[in-house]
Amino acid sequence: MSAVRCVDLCKTYRQGDQDIKALDHVSIEIDKGGFVCLSAPSGGGKTTLLNAIGGLDIPDSGEVYVDGQRIDNLSKGDLADLRLRQIGFVFQAYNLIPVLTAQENVEFVMQVQGVATSERNEKAKEILKEVGLEGLENRRPAEMSGGQQQRVAVARAVASRPALILADEPTANLDSKTSDGLMELFTELNENHSSTFIIASHDQRVMNYAKRLVRMLDGRIVEDIDQRAA
Amino acid sequence: MRLLRILFRLAWRNLWRNHRRTIIMLGAIGVGVWAMIFMTALTRGMVDQMIVDSIGVLPGHVQVHHPDYQDDPSISNRMLISADDISERLDTGAVKAWASRVRVPAIITSERESRGVTLLGVDPEAEREISFFDYDEVDGRFLTDVNDKGIVIGKKLAKTLETEVGKRVVLMSQDPDNEIADRGFRVVGLYTAKTKAVEEAYAYVGRRTAQTMLRIGDATSEVVFLGDDYRNVDPIYDVAVSAVGEGLSIRPWYDIDTYLGAMLGVMDGFVLVWVVVIFLALSFGLVNTLVMAVFERVREIGLMLALGMKPGSILGQIVIESMLLITFGLAIGNALAWATVVPLESGIDVSIVGDGMEMWGMSSMLYPKLYVSDMVLASSVVLLLGFLASLSPAWRASRYEPVEAITKV
Repeated sequence: MSAVRCVDLCKTYRQGDQDIKALDHVSIEIDKGGFVCLSAPSGGGKTTLLNAIGGLDIPDSGEVYVDGQRIDNLSKGDLADLRLRQIGFVFQAYNLIPVLTAQENVEFVMQVQGVATSERNEKAKEILKEVGLEGLENRRPAEMSGGQQQRVAVARAVASRPALILADEPTANLDSKTSDGLMELFTELNENHSSTFIIASHDQRVMNYAKRLVRMLDGRIVEDIDQRAA
Repeated sequence: MRLLRILFRLAWRNLWRNHRRTIIMLGAIGVGVWAMIFMTALTRGMVDQMIVDSIGVLPGHVQVHHPDYQDDPSISNRMLISADDISERLDTGAVKAWASRVRVPAIITSERESRGVTLLGVDPEAEREISFFDYDEVDGRFLTDVNDKGIVIGKKLAKTLETEVGKRVVLMSQDPDNEIADRGFRVVGLYTAKTKAVEEAYAYVGRRTAQTMLRIGDATSEVVFLGDDYRNVDPIYDVAVSAVGEGLSIRPWYDIDTYLGAMLGVMDGFVLVWVVVIFLALSFGLVNTLVMAVFERVREIGLMLALGMKPGSILGQIVIESMLLITFGLAIGNALAWATVVPLESGIDVSIVGDGMEMWGMSSMLYPKLYVSDMVLASSVVLLLGFLASLSPAWRASRYEPVEAITKV
C-alpha cells in the first residue's frame, strides 16, 4: 500500500483579480519509506501539495489518501487527529513553541497524544541525542541557533514515530553546512525509522539527497525522477 | 489530564512572556477587586451603623404595641399589660434586655419656647442596656427610678427651649378621656445623641410619674425586646409572643421601620451592581490584554493547530491564561481589601461631612464591615464574568486556519 496517493488534485487561489492555479490536476503516489523531494520555483505548487497531503489545506477537487485513508473529506477535528497521530511536520521557520524548552517541544506532540510522562521523557532524550542535541534539552528556542532549532523540530516530527514526515523548505534559513547536516539526519532517520519523507524545497542540496525528485511548475508535475536508478 | 497539564504550562509561561503587561493587568484587577470589596465594606458598615443607630433610637429588635398604636400613637391606644405581668411570664434566654414604656406625643414648654416631643415614661434600670446614650455622660444626671419626678431632655432641645439643668418645664399631653394632662418637671439632665434630630425628639421621665400624670394606672404604650443580632430577630419574636400573649401588635424592627428593612435587601442588590460595574471597566483591559496576547501568537497558535492540537485545546489554553491572570488579580485584590479594611474597622472619622451624614440618619463615624460573603461574591462575579469575557478572544484564536496562521507575518 502506498503511503500517500493524490488523485487529480486541483486548487485555485484568488490573488487580486487573478486566479492562480496552485494545483492543476496533480496525481502522485508515494510508497511507504519513500524519500521524496517536491521541487518547484516559488509559486510552483509544492507547498500547496504538501499542505494538501498533510491535511492543512483542502483541495478544490480531487482525492488525497494517506495510508489508504481518504482525508480530503474529513472534518477539521478528524484532520487534526490525523496530523497528530500519523504525520510529523517540519516547517521553514517558526517551528518551535518559544515558551517551551527543546525537550518540551519534542515532547509536545506526544503529550497532546497522551503518552505517559516517563515514556515521552525517555523518547525525547533519546531522539535529541540522535539529532545531536544532547545537553541542550533545557534550552529554549531563543537560546539556540537556527540549525539547532530545525534539529529540535525534526526531533519533534519523528519522536512519536509517525508514518509520514512532511517538511516545507526545511533548509531555507540554514547555511550550507547546517543544511547538509540536516539532510543527512533526514536520510538517517528515513533509513532507521522507515518513515516516509516528503520534502518541499527548491534547494539543490535537498534534491541531491532525495531518492525521488518530483519537479513541479505552475501547479503541475512536470518531471518525476527516481534518483536511485540515476 | 496530560493535555490539561501542557495547557496549564503553556498558559502560565505565556502569561509571563510579557512581564510588564501582566503586572500592569494584575495591578488593574487587584485594584478593581480591592475597590469592589472596600467600597462594599464601607457601604455595609454605613448601613449597619444606620440600622444599629436607628434601632437604638426606636429602640429594640421587637416591639409590642396596642394594635391601633401605629396609626394613632396616643394614650387611648395603650396596653393594659403591666411590666410586672411581662416580667413574670418572660423567658429571658434569647433576650439581652427588655423595657416597658409609656410613649405618647406631648408638648414641652419652657418659659420662652414650646416644642412637640415624644414623652417617654421609662424604668431607668431596664432602659440602661437599650438606651442610645450612656447615663454617665448625661449632663446633670439621668433618672434614678420609675418614680423620679425629674425630666431628662436632649441638649439640642434644651438649647431650643432656652432652658438648662435645674430649670422647670411643663409637659402637656392628653389623658384617656381626652382631657389635658400636664405637669411641671425640673430638668435634671441633658443627654447627647448622635444626631441633633434625636436630641430634639425625646423627653424622658419616670414611668410611674408618666402613668400618674396621664391617669392610666399600670398601663403602658410600648414594650421592647433587644437581642444580640438585629439580623436574627426570630427567637426574640417568639419570646415576645409568649410574654405578652394574644391581641397585641408584635412586630420586628424591619416591619416597624420598613425603610431600614428595605435597606438590607437593597444593599445586596447594590453590592452586586457595584461589583458588576467595576468589572465592566476592568473587562476592557482584560479583553484587550488577551486580544493582544493572541494577536502576538498567531503563528504559534497556527503551529500548534498544524501539529494536531484541537481548536478546543487552543480555546482552553487562552481561557486558562485568563483565569490564571484573574485568580492572581483576585488574590491581590482580596489581600489588599483585607489589609486596608481590617485596620479601619475601629472607625473612620468623617465628621467633616457630619451634617450630610446626619441627613441620612448616620453618625459621623464610619465602621467598614468586611464580610467573607462579600469577598466571595466579588471574586465569584469577577471569575464568572472574566471567564465569559475571555471566551471571545479564545474563540477567535481557536478558529484560525493553521496554514494561514503559520504563514502570517
